[in-house]
Amino acid sequence: MSSPAPAPDAPDAVMAVPTAPVRVADNLNEALHALFAADPHLFLLGEDVVDPYGGAFKITKGLSGAHPDRVLATPLSEGGIVGVAGGLALAGDTAIAEMMFSDFATLCFDQLVNFASKSVSMYGRRIPMRLVVRCPVGGNRGYGPTHSQSPQKHFIGVPNLALFELSPFHDNHAVLARMIERAEPCVFFEEKSLYPQRMFTGGVVDDLFTFAPLAGPGDWARISVGGEEDYDCLLIAPGGLARRCLGAMRELLMEDEISCQLLVPSQLYPFEAGPVVEEFAAGARIVVVEEGVAGGTWGTEVAAHLHDRLWSQLREPVRLVCSRDSVIPAAPHLEREVLVQQDTIRDAVRRTVR
Amino acid sequence: MAVSLPSAPPSVRPLSPLDDADLDSLLLIRHFENALLDLFAAGKLHGTVHTCLGQEYIPVALRPFLDEDFVLSNHRGHGHYLAQYEDPHGLLAEIMGREGGVCRGVGGSQHVYRERFLSTGVQGESLSVGCGLALHSKRRGLPHLVVAYIGDGTWGEGAVYEALNMAALWRLPLLVVVENNGIAQSTPTQVQMAGSVADRAAAFGIDHHRLESIDINEIRDVLADPIARVRNEHRPLVVEFATHRLGPHSKGDDTRPADVLEHARRHDWYRLYPQTRPEQFAARDARIRARVESVVQEVEARSPSVWEAGRV
Repeated sequence: MSSPAPAPDAPDAVMAVPTAPVRVADNLNEALHALFAADPHLFLLGEDVVDPYGGAFKITKGLSGAHPDRVLATPLSEGGIVGVAGGLALAGDTAIAEMMFSDFATLCFDQLVNFASKSVSMYGRRIPMRLVVRCPVGGNRGYGPTHSQSPQKHFIGVPNLALFELSPFHDNHAVLARMIERAEPCVFFEEKSLYPQRMFTGGVVDDLFTFAPLAGPGDWARISVGGEEDYDCLLIAPGGLARRCLGAMRELLMEDEISCQLLVPSQLYPFEAGPVVEEFAAGARIVVVEEGVAGGTWGTEVAAHLHDRLWSQLREPVRLVCSRDSVIPAAPHLEREVLVQQDTIRDAVRRTVR
Repeated sequence: MAVSLPSAPPSVRPLSPLDDADLDSLLLIRHFENALLDLFAAGKLHGTVHTCLGQEYIPVALRPFLDEDFVLSNHRGHGHYLAQYEDPHGLLAEIMGREGGVCRGVGGSQHVYRERFLSTGVQGESLSVGCGLALHSKRRGLPHLVVAYIGDGTWGEGAVYEALNMAALWRLPLLVVVENNGIAQSTPTQVQMAGSVADRAAAFGIDHHRLESIDINEIRDVLADPIARVRNEHRPLVVEFATHRLGPHSKGDDTRPADVLEHARRHDWYRLYPQTRPEQFAARDARIRARVESVVQEVEARSPSVWEAGRV
């Protein structure tokens, strides 16, 4: 991995970026290496995951070289892959299954929903099932309707199936360890455009924004203007939307003097509303942002929880920002019109606050 | 490779003698399944059951091969469970939602898990799970194989082929037992399956045996070596039993014509075996019939099972 020369510690805010930027993809890859070194009963299965290819997005690079017996390149059989992973988990091993694109996770829906998740409780006592299905999600890359989706909504509300999302604020070793500790199947949604971006560390996002973890369930990160407690609008978004939210927040602050806070959960489902409720500043507006297309989404789940908990304090209902109810076109100018962009978020906040 | 036993119809050949334990196991399954249908008729069971009447000899024949192995069963799995564990109380309590059920009444008839036995209700799902269990066994250097029971109808599911491919590629100790009873719910096999099970196994380079016999001793003689190869050489194997479903798919939903049903009845071990050892049969049959009656009475009197949803 090549990285820019470390920036010296300096009071100059622009120079205060973390000293050794690590790409999100490398953080994830290192997390997998660390987990494999620590657990002799951990397996990883997926298409094209072995070296020298190391996976379509190179997240598993080096793993099969180090652990050839436990990193398996599979046939193109998403249902079978998750079935094998479920069998390993049933036998007491830990299994990570990689879907090359989350769009293909529809092919493992039965194994995940009807076998792995149900097995945790349908036999009348709790059966540990240590199984993580990794799913690269998201568009804005021109891959077209079947390689660009954000299918989180299709997996919400399944008993004993927990959903997490990749984030530049959350170290992946801790996130993966938390999923495995749950001893129930988890889906890890990884927004593809995050892979080459850098992790945020040391509480610093950039010259304007800082971040800090929130205590309590859900593993939330709070991003604010230099730790400021007051704000006009509270944005809630999974990790894949963080960059677009930060861009919108910067514009809103500079051009409109609207200050926003951003809350990013590592755990999408079950949705943990407690930390949001505690962070909520009376009188602020709430906007939930996600990339999935409209209709029955994670955002509606979030809104339902927050309406229930905050109704008397809200000035208006939680506003949802999601992609249009549409397939995702391949041509960049068409795709851009469908998917949530920085300016979609900015405009939604303007309409909400004004 | 397809191996068939001598071609004389088994219905006209006498069955070879069984020891009491095997006969008891067969009779336990038969009377248990009949008891379930009686309980349904009396309005004492809810939901559904799929009985294995006529197919009892398959898990009984395989039982001696499967001491430490993992058994994956399906919707028609009572016989698989009873042959493995001889636990009619636990299974009936599970089906009736009574205290002492194997899975506290949550799973019911077709979702049972105990130690090294698991059944689940979606067709074809178990084979890749079996590959995972077999991979675990192989990687740990354990001598265990995995048995997955499926039916002829299960071969309609694409999941079967994904799993067979991986089992062959990775040389997994997976034994697929096909209970081909000629009918999938109400659809005859010839209407829902092109080609044959043998050709499908051959496409993956997987060994295949088709057994027409319902004679437990013959079946064991034929299968001893091939099953040892699954275990010792990690060669997956498909064993196809041409078998006969005497009862309905679940309850009272049998639309087959009389001659088809009569053909199945001619292959019923329960009708054939008394010719082999009438006195042994009469004695054991009376004994096991009474045993099942007492199991039903005892379990029926138990209190409802307790399960706190979401807290297991």
